[in-house]
Amino acid sequence: MRLGIDVGGTNTDAVLVSGNSVVACAKRPTTADVSSGIVNAIRGVLDAASVTPSALSRVTLGTTHFANAFVERNDLLEVAVIRLAGHAAEAIPPMSGWPKDLRQSITGVSFQLSGGYEFDGRENTPFDEAAIRNAALSIRAKGIQTVAISCVFAPIRRDMEERAAAIVREEVPGVAVTTSANLGRIGFLERENATIINASLVRIASKIMRSIDAALQALGIVAPCYVTQNDGTVATAQFVTGFPVLTFGSGPTNSMRGAAFLTGLEDAIVMDVGGTTTDIGALVNGFPRESSIAVEIGGIRTNFRMPDILSVGLGGGTRIRLNGTAPAIGPDSVGYRLLEDAYLFGGSTLTASDIAVKAGLASFGDVARVPDLPAGMLDEILRRFRQTFEDGLDRLKTSSADIPVILVGGGSILVPKNLKGALQVVTPEYAAVANAVGAAVAQVGGEVDRIVSYEKDGRDATLRELERVASERAVAAGADPKSIRVVDVDETYLAYMPGTHAQVRVKVVGEL
Amino acid sequence: MRLGMTDLYDLARGCAFLGSGGGGDPHSSLIELEEALGPSGSVELIDVDSLADDAFVAPCGWIGAPTVSAEKLPSGDEAIRGLRKLESIMGRRADAVFPIEIGGSNGLAPMLLAIRAGVPVVDVDGMGRAFPESQMVIFNVAGLKASPAVLTDDKGNCVVIDSADNVTEERIARAVSVVLGASCHLMEYPLTGRQAKTTALRGTLSDALAIGRSIRISRESGKDPFAALFEALRASRQFSSAGVLFDGKIVDLHRETRDGFSLGRATIQAFGGNSRLEIEFKNENLVARVDGMVRAVVPDLITIVDRETAESIVTERLKYGQRVKVVGASAPRALRTPAALAILGPQAFGIQTPYECIELLNHWEGGA
Repeated sequence: MRLGIDVGGTNTDAVLVSGNSVVACAKRPTTADVSSGIVNAIRGVLDAASVTPSALSRVTLGTTHFANAFVERNDLLEVAVIRLAGHAAEAIPPMSGWPKDLRQSITGVSFQLSGGYEFDGRENTPFDEAAIRNAALSIRAKGIQTVAISCVFAPIRRDMEERAAAIVREEVPGVAVTTSANLGRIGFLERENATIINASLVRIASKIMRSIDAALQALGIVAPCYVTQNDGTVATAQFVTGFPVLTFGSGPTNSMRGAAFLTGLEDAIVMDVGGTTTDIGALVNGFPRESSIAVEIGGIRTNFRMPDILSVGLGGGTRIRLNGTAPAIGPDSVGYRLLEDAYLFGGSTLTASDIAVKAGLASFGDVARVPDLPAGMLDEILRRFRQTFEDGLDRLKTSSADIPVILVGGGSILVPKNLKGALQVVTPEYAAVANAVGAAVAQVGGEVDRIVSYEKDGRDATLRELERVASERAVAAGADPKSIRVVDVDETYLAYMPGTHAQVRVKVVGEL
Repeated sequence: MRLGMTDLYDLARGCAFLGSGGGGDPHSSLIELEEALGPSGSVELIDVDSLADDAFVAPCGWIGAPTVSAEKLPSGDEAIRGLRKLESIMGRRADAVFPIEIGGSNGLAPMLLAIRAGVPVVDVDGMGRAFPESQMVIFNVAGLKASPAVLTDDKGNCVVIDSADNVTEERIARAVSVVLGASCHLMEYPLTGRQAKTTALRGTLSDALAIGRSIRISRESGKDPFAALFEALRASRQFSSAGVLFDGKIVDLHRETRDGFSLGRATIQAFGGNSRLEIEFKNENLVARVDGMVRAVVPDLITIVDRETAESIVTERLKYGQRVKVVGASAPRALRTPAALAILGPQAFGIQTPYECIELLNHWEGGA
């Protein structure tokens, strides 16, 4: 039996999944220490299903706690940056374009050293072991505990970063090292930014992961523990302790993966209707379609593999103002105060939830408290709700054919069941804990990102080789080789280059 | 006129529009400029007529693949080393620099060089948009020589090209740039002040600046960015006939590589109708047809922009489902002569559709 846990800003959810079905779920408030909320939710779900910890085969945790810690500048470390780039990027020092306060508090020291590769894997400049050793000694002298290493074209070849990391570990006892190749894709500045963010988080990551480990032990859980990453696949708890940044976008991903599991639909649009906004994303082959645009975290450009999410300003707590015959819908919301401020619950603010209940779309709260609206107003507001959802659906769709829509989240009652453009609108059972479900069922993945020339071996053989490398990485991360399948091949021909050069990303997943 | 950081961001936005779907991401160039200029620095932009006839003016730009440039960022010395080499060949110091190509990130290329060399940037360029090959430039049309040209890279390599003709210069530069790692700085077509005055496309930097600024200001004040964009284009020196060719959603994308070019076709379907616009692109957008009828042909500008923000979308970043407007604008008049069209018109791209002015194809009033 698989246990999935989602640590959200407000609630910590836990679900038990057996085979293809959810057995039980529990929702408890998130606590400041994270781990006691997790303990409460796990106890809740084990009690609800009457199972003992020994029945668990694996535990998977989804959390955006580390993203929040970074944005709130909570317990960040001073970072030393080592660039292996020769003279490339010298014009743009590490942390250029960062918010000033962060740049000042995180910058320890940085070194621009010989090294790096060209687009085709040739060396840019030679690796300089002595220079790295000197840098390491000066890092040690400054007492810096965490180092970010970024090498030009590291996604194509990792050797230099790994050699540099080994030297730094030799010279600086107990140091934490983050290498950029583990953080993905081509795009030096964005990848380096992610590497530095990660390095700054290793202390809080290790604290939190230790406390979770202790909590699981206290509950008598011996099953292996995994954490979900941005792309919907898992890594071991130990790996995530070193790479907390890989969990930054896991929230929406888990919700969409959960929606796919709960409905059995692999290609669909998922609408997660929350209190303030509705997050709409597309499932392709059971995985979220990824955004092609650089993602900013706390004002810093990164290259995280984030789902392509359209956030529209309509949720259960959205405020409705009546101005004559043209009502104003949002964009503000009563948010978590819905249970106090909405008419339904004795408040005096008209919200989208009041409208939905008044119109008979759902029944909760006290409908008698919702004031009567002028003639035609209710219909007009419902028409506007419909328009917002249909518009969002159309934006995410990639073909003119109708597509299934899966609703999750507490505000899903706002969505009409006969949306234009939708093949069907499904609200699965356990939709309210879709994130935890997504965590429970997460698979393990492998990815490769290269610039290749098709001239030497041809396109087919080249793509097969990339699949092999991605599969190898998935197996190294714990995947069962027999279960591996390709979920995404992204191929972009290089503009302004003679020959047939393309940037190709291949992603595979498999079962643990 | 002096350009500060806000102006340079506006300029980048305008250059992206003039890129006609080509060019690359100016993000790292802007960060580089921010580092070099500091909060209060600025770059001097001068009118071409303020140059002496015997002045030495150096056009510059980057050659290579934008995908590579996003990974191998500049050292910051490439341009100044190239300029110094060119100066030693010419036997004199440069009086000013300017972008060989206004479209895409190359529109920003001379800014850092101007700061490093302590010279002004001239308000002209050689292409009036983006083109994939360096002989597609007004100076080649005018019979000027690309050589001596100087290529430099991040590692300290410097290659001087002294070619017999301008097409060969492009071929050598392209091949050498790949050997040097596919992201190189290129100085070519060294000019006298007089040559710049008689041949260069005038005012294209201020046009780009005005375009970018108008989009930003309209968005900041909650106004329609498209109204502002067209107002700026109509008031521009070089791109005065402009309009929306189409409004819809990308429903099909087809890409292939042939003869070393990234070729493609994007199909955009109108909202609430069956009308379709099809764009052929080869790095840049080249032809736009609505329901089979030609509505714009290279060198006139065809730019796909986000229909809410009016931000340009380069061909590499086109995706299914994007909601876009397709904006067309007239190319500078100097690019529409028979001599220019032979070098940079549709036939130069292997396209059989003959060139016709965008304002005639679309029955726009007040055409050039």
